[in-house]
Amino acid sequence: MIDVKALLEKIKAAPYEEITVEAPHTGVVRFAGIEPGTRVVAASGTYGEKPGTLLAKLTREHNDKPLYAEAKGVIGTVHRELEGTFVEAGAQLAVIRHYLSKDEVIAAILRQVLYLFCAPERAKYYFIPSVDKKVKASGPRSVTVKPGMELFIVSRMKREKPLVYEGPEGVIYAVYFQHDQNVDQGAPLVGVCPESQMHLIQDVVNRVRTDWEEGE
Amino acid sequence: MEIEKRVVELADRLQYIQDIFGGRENANIALMRSRLADLRAREGAAPGELAQMLRQLEDLFAFLEKKLDAELIPMDRVRIVRHPARVSLKDILENVYDNYTEIGGQDEYSIDPSMLIARAYITRRKGDKVVNQPVMVIGQEKGHGQEFRNGGSVKPWGNAKALQYMKVAETERIPIHTYVFTPGAFPVEDFPGAAQQIARNLYEMGGLRVPVVSVISEGGSGGAEAIGLSDVRLMLSHGYYSVISPEGAAAIEAGIRQGQRVAPELIEACARRLRITAADNLRMGYVDKIVAEPDLGARPHHYEFFKDLRQEVIRATDQVFLGVAGFKLFRALVASRRKDGDAEGMFVRWTLDEAAADRLVWKRYCKYRRMAETAFRDGRPSGARIASRAQSLLWGGYSFLRYDFIGKHIKNFSKTVGDLEAEARLVVNRLTAPLRRMRGKNAPVTCDPEKSRMLVELSQPEQGACLEDFGWRYVSPKAAEDKAVTCPESKTYGCPDLWAPDLYGDFAGVCVHCGHHFPMEYQWVLGNVFDPGSVTEHDNDIEAGNPLEYPGFEEKLDAAKQKTGRKSGCVSIDAKIDGIKIVSAVLYSAFRGGSVGAAEGETFIRALARARRRHFPFLAYVHGTAGIRIQESLNGLIQMPRVTLAVRRYIEAGGLYVVLYDTNSYAGPVASFLGCSPYQFAVRSANIGFAGPGVIKETTGIDIPPDYHRAHNALARGHIQGIWDRREIRKNLKQVLLTIGGRNLYYR
Repeated sequence: MIDVKALLEKIKAAPYEEITVEAPHTGVVRFAGIEPGTRVVAASGTYGEKPGTLLAKLTREHNDKPLYAEAKGVIGTVHRELEGTFVEAGAQLAVIRHYLSKDEVIAAILRQVLYLFCAPERAKYYFIPSVDKKVKASGPRSVTVKPGMELFIVSRMKREKPLVYEGPEGVIYAVYFQHDQNVDQGAPLVGVCPESQMHLIQDVVNRVRTDWEEGE
Repeated sequence: MEIEKRVVELADRLQYIQDIFGGRENANIALMRSRLADLRAREGAAPGELAQMLRQLEDLFAFLEKKLDAELIPMDRVRIVRHPARVSLKDILENVYDNYTEIGGQDEYSIDPSMLIARAYITRRKGDKVVNQPVMVIGQEKGHGQEFRNGGSVKPWGNAKALQYMKVAETERIPIHTYVFTPGAFPVEDFPGAAQQIARNLYEMGGLRVPVVSVISEGGSGGAEAIGLSDVRLMLSHGYYSVISPEGAAAIEAGIRQGQRVAPELIEACARRLRITAADNLRMGYVDKIVAEPDLGARPHHYEFFKDLRQEVIRATDQVFLGVAGFKLFRALVASRRKDGDAEGMFVRWTLDEAAADRLVWKRYCKYRRMAETAFRDGRPSGARIASRAQSLLWGGYSFLRYDFIGKHIKNFSKTVGDLEAEARLVVNRLTAPLRRMRGKNAPVTCDPEKSRMLVELSQPEQGACLEDFGWRYVSPKAAEDKAVTCPESKTYGCPDLWAPDLYGDFAGVCVHCGHHFPMEYQWVLGNVFDPGSVTEHDNDIEAGNPLEYPGFEEKLDAAKQKTGRKSGCVSIDAKIDGIKIVSAVLYSAFRGGSVGAAEGETFIRALARARRRHFPFLAYVHGTAGIRIQESLNGLIQMPRVTLAVRRYIEAGGLYVVLYDTNSYAGPVASFLGCSPYQFAVRSANIGFAGPGVIKETTGIDIPPDYHRAHNALARGHIQGIWDRREIRKNLKQVLLTIGGRNLYYR
């Protein structure tokens, strides 16, 4: 059995995700005005057309290539010692501390405690009609799945075939796919939770919803 | 009760004055405010005394309003036309015309509620008889607080509706009265597209065979032009007519970014510099007459104003009809000398015969051709001018002889010979048929064995048939830089970096991985598309000027001239493409963003005239244009109808007009003389549209996708007819000239 509370404590101890900014290719690095503690933002705009905060520029063959922040957060470390030097691809340039929001914390917990049933191939997925009806009527948590149960229809290029659920018995706690969009191979379709743990997970989610204070 | 009502009215008048003076403090306004407060403080006084005070106060208000009217600055006039209390088209329909039926919409249930169309009539007396003279009234309705009217910003389909009913009026042969009440067109590209529709309207209005009289109250840029091309232009004395709103001009001048605010002082300064008032426009010759409004602007209760307006529109319509009528005797003389107020005293029949309609269209062309003629500098000495005039006369004479006089006969002759030859061949065939039958077979098909081998075998590059010319004659200076360039599409397609000498030198600025076209100089097309040594330049003495003496603009112009080594943003050339002679005008972006002012318009018109005289096809190569040059204000804006009329004249004479867009082309030119071409093509990765993303966000609040203006979207919306690879411009142009040209193509 997973200790959900310990997991939550662990997240609380470090309520952020550390994103390492690496050089995408070789070049001479020049940092923009970022220091530890500088706040940065991710790309924004309806179409993501406004780039995030400029972190550094990599110059390769007299060609300045800007490096923008891809997540909102605070700069943790900046490898200033690399300023003006030639770096290889993959060299660590800076670390962004991205503080987790409530939804991100819940998603992180769920991903760890639930059994994730993943897509075997890139395709569109649908619940089989009997399950679909139940999900639509009373939500996914009304469906109990058992190993060997026919659960999905895989639809790809006008070809449809059934997909059998393999994994522990339990209730569908989260649904990760949309019926009109392709799911990549290996991406989770549903998260299943043993019935005995349902109340425990629900408690933790509720606690996160009420108690979690979002950082910067 | 009566007194209270009058006090409220006075308070409203004061509020209106404060609104239009934009919070500017003024001793007269302060006086009005304090006297009104005094009156309100004396509420308990005897009714007689109150009435006496009220009368005095009303007189004082009238007196001070007159005084304040003289103090109005241009920005105040902008506030007047935007005020909700301003007269709107519905008020005019109610009060100026004797009866009307609104067509194509009831309030919001309409294809576009901001464009109002009505069939109306004006009742006049002809001796003892009463005559109803019908007119088509078209105009923007701002509405009184009606959100759905969009404040008079017409969507493309609203302008399409206006055009449809202009055509109806033409069919019914009734005059058109247009009322311009718009801050500008609504900038959406959805079909039929803001720019496209305005261009179509301008093109069609240029040839309308019925008189158009327009009345301008708020004339904002392209939206105004969409219905403003007319035979007589009246302007309300407190209106404005401008290429851009003062706020827009100030934003450009201050170089601010989206979301920031401009200082009100700069906006006021821009309103003054742009010369947007009725008096300015009359002086510059862009309106024909000013209709006087009551002090501080006309509001719906000014019935005298509507009476005056009625007289003015009747008089203007009469003048247009008499100006082209075959039988007018001294009525035309009387019409021009009539005193104010008696326009209805004389009857003019509002009908035209075919010959008069021809005269009308020609007069309209001449009217616009003469506009803005002093707004550019012509640096040629008088000898050169005379020589150029003589040359164009010679061309005119030659083309008349070659194409109209001899050419017509040659054409008829060759047609007859061709027909006779075909007939004779048929007869001979029939006669010799029995002979051939007796021989038992038809003549054998002979085919050169070498030729047939060539046709069916694989190509043989060693013979030179497949070798392409390698290398470009003109190589961009950007190719001399030792650096790599990143393709903007690399995120999407994973394009590798390109070395500048390869990209700009060999690949003609095209990403080898995804085909993205990097911007190149206009010289690239001049150097690589046209035949070597075939390009000759004309009219390069026409120089962009600063007709409004806009502060600081002279230096900017000088800098542009220094940078480009040219005098204006338009290059007019004669050239050949694989031996086919063409005339071309190039709008290039290095000169003030390729903006079009009086000099560019004039160069374009002269190039069109040259193509028409010499019977050559015409190519408008738009390397880039940011729109109309705002510092020239109306001198720039008027190029929209002016050049469109010249384009129409060229096309109607049988010319082939092709437009090719490169890099970024926006606003006025696209919404007029470029957009009206039936054959528009774009180089790949070009952006084409009416207003840029910033302006769309600013005016409509809508975020648009980053690829909104891309050529492929313009093609999908029907704006352009094809997208070309830069390396294939020459080949495609030749193809276009040979296929689209057809019988109408001049060079044949």
